[in-house]
Amino acid sequence: MKFAFTDEQRMLRDTSQAFLADTSSSRAVRMACASDRGFDDALWRRVCDDMYWQGILVPEENDGLGLGWVEMVIVLEAAGERLLTSPLFAVAQSAAALTQCPKTACRDALFGSILAGDIVALALSNPSSDWHCVDARVDTSEGVTHLSGEAGFVSCGYAAEHVLVAAQNADDTLSLWCINPSQEGVRIERTPTMDQTRPMAHLYMDAVTVSNEQCLLADANEWFNRTLALSRILTVADQVGIAQASLDISVAYTKERSQFDRTIASFQAIKHKAADMMLKVESARSLLYYAACTVDAWSVGQVNDEALLEAAYMASACASDAAFFNAGSGIQMHGGVGITEEYDIQLYFKRARATESFLGRPSDMRESLASQLLDGAAP
Amino acid sequence: MKLTFSAADELFREEVADWLNDNLTGEFAEVRYRGGPGDEHHFVTERKAWERRLAVGRWTCIGWPEQWGGRAASIEQQVIFHEEYARAGGPGRMGHIGDTLTGPTLLAFGSETQKATYLPPIRNGEVFWSQGYSEPGAGSDLAAIRSRAEFDEDAGQWKITGQKVWTSLAHESDYVFVLARIDRDSTRHHGLGFFLVALNQPGVTIRPITQLTGTAEFNEVYFDEAVCGPDDLVGAPGDGWKVAMGLLGFERGVSTLGQQMLFQTELDEIIRIAKVNGASRDPDIRQRIAEAHIGLKTMRYNSMRMLSGTEDGSLSREAMIYKLYWSSWHRNLGKLAMDVLGPDAELIENGPYDLNRLQSLFLFTRADTIYGGTNQIQRNLIAERALGMPKEPRGPAK
Repeated sequence: MKFAFTDEQRMLRDTSQAFLADTSSSRAVRMACASDRGFDDALWRRVCDDMYWQGILVPEENDGLGLGWVEMVIVLEAAGERLLTSPLFAVAQSAAALTQCPKTACRDALFGSILAGDIVALALSNPSSDWHCVDARVDTSEGVTHLSGEAGFVSCGYAAEHVLVAAQNADDTLSLWCINPSQEGVRIERTPTMDQTRPMAHLYMDAVTVSNEQCLLADANEWFNRTLALSRILTVADQVGIAQASLDISVAYTKERSQFDRTIASFQAIKHKAADMMLKVESARSLLYYAACTVDAWSVGQVNDEALLEAAYMASACASDAAFFNAGSGIQMHGGVGITEEYDIQLYFKRARATESFLGRPSDMRESLASQLLDGAAP
Repeated sequence: MKLTFSAADELFREEVADWLNDNLTGEFAEVRYRGGPGDEHHFVTERKAWERRLAVGRWTCIGWPEQWGGRAASIEQQVIFHEEYARAGGPGRMGHIGDTLTGPTLLAFGSETQKATYLPPIRNGEVFWSQGYSEPGAGSDLAAIRSRAEFDEDAGQWKITGQKVWTSLAHESDYVFVLARIDRDSTRHHGLGFFLVALNQPGVTIRPITQLTGTAEFNEVYFDEAVCGPDDLVGAPGDGWKVAMGLLGFERGVSTLGQQMLFQTELDEIIRIAKVNGASRDPDIRQRIAEAHIGLKTMRYNSMRMLSGTEDGSLSREAMIYKLYWSSWHRNLGKLAMDVLGPDAELIENGPYDLNRLQSLFLFTRADTIYGGTNQIQRNLIAERALGMPKEPRGPAK
């Protein structure tokens, strides 16, 4: 048992942090948010060409790196720490979703696109508050299949070359499709959001004609729950990064700021808040790496779906709370400057808020877990 | 990064489980799941006998070197032992302090004479130890110790005078290790000595402290020129603080996973009751049960990281949050138990004040966030040692 990074994993963490310290500075993040595109295309090219992070989850047989989930969350944790504004999350999400699909020409082509640096987005979420029902339908008439409906909170969807979308079949099962934004009937609009570091889109489909080749999975019910779990774990990595950075920049600030002839870091009220923040982030990190190890064990059949879902519920509830607590406490520790546009803590606060409800609130996670524990079966 | 034990360790696990299964029977069946925190005053005689049974099986002091009768067990094996011990319902260990505190301290700082005198009876489950750190005026501020030790040249003995408090099971123990001030003019952590003192002697008076549970596990121990031999000072005069602090680092968290298994049985009982009495349909209770489950898993993986950490025994960041985490979690669990029970939580079924397990849990967990360093002290330590924030000012408030 060695629940610690290997040398290679430590190296990956160090190079990721160094790369992002260089390329995702506060200034760079703010410029990306203010740009029309919503992120820096040149930086995304560097992420793909120099770091090859888009290939982490792509299987080796598809020419990807085929690395494990620990490696994936190491990179996304570093991204959260630096507020990276990029299609990386969307692409990681899609790669995770595709690895759960059977081998088809469409799937292999999408892996190829991902490796080439194309943006492949995943439409999981529906615009209503009830996140686990999908608001897109499949209609087949006279041998022609159409998709209609919508999906909200599609990460980087407005910039995507391809979009993976789950839709309800006539018989209440789900299926998974790949559509092209330029197809007739498809409209994808950027969603204005409070947090601007994770750009979002809304997908509208009006009788979009799809071919059988575009079907990635005919029965996607299990896929849906698994992919939600995997997406949540990817989000947790981001949240652990947010929680850590919020702690670090706030403690650094209190060591500089002086009042009553002392640094405010010397006051117990501040120290105890900081200690609680460390407890939160280390706990979330433990559950993140547990969840990553669980995904790896699950992919080779060592644990069942129930264990995968449980790991995601736990990590998501814990990390959502940690990110929000730390960023919120961070603003308080900054005092007046904490609410100014100039200081970065507000950016973490907004990103923490956005990720908290991205694929279900912490209370939803706890209720799902309670259902596993108390009702004998998942909903 | 992986979460599984090696095949050799899994074999070791089987060996432990089989032995416990074979031995926690007959006369020892009744001590299963007994004698844990809050229940330490029960089955003392039986639990001492159990220590001797453990010794026969070579299951006392497994982390000690083989030269002193241990197994030189690895961290993983010690973790496994504690897990299986808890799973089998092994009773609260009477030999815990000797095994995990006195022994490692003597192995690190003791003379050959001290080792030869004190280690074998601990290893054989024959002699039981308690600890004498806290004093009425030295709680969170441990360095404020006032107990004194003087060497009586004529008698050739150390004489100790003072008062210790919160000494668990002193009335059932044979020896106590005592931190006392040798140099009268010294202050704080200077001038202290670490002494090995027999409890059964005229200079020692033990008074139990009745707790809010109505039971008494802790004691006040008074020393009035209590004596110990010239060889019973561990380390040099003045090294007491160094020895005492070294002792705190020895446990390395190997018992944390075992502790969590006890917590799991408590949570399982609460879940069982909630399903039966319908509390499991209350949305707030559902959230809190889920939160308790998450907290327990968090502790497990915090521990795994802590145990996989630095080989040199220095405390990692995860180790620093452990006490604050488990004590807060456990205290919340006690309250959750009461809220799941509802009005029935108040009812006392037997005797004048014979509390049931969950009532004891609720009341006694208020101590968890106090002993062994209060939550406030833990937060100071985390802020100062892990986050590099300034130390607390000393001296009178100005």
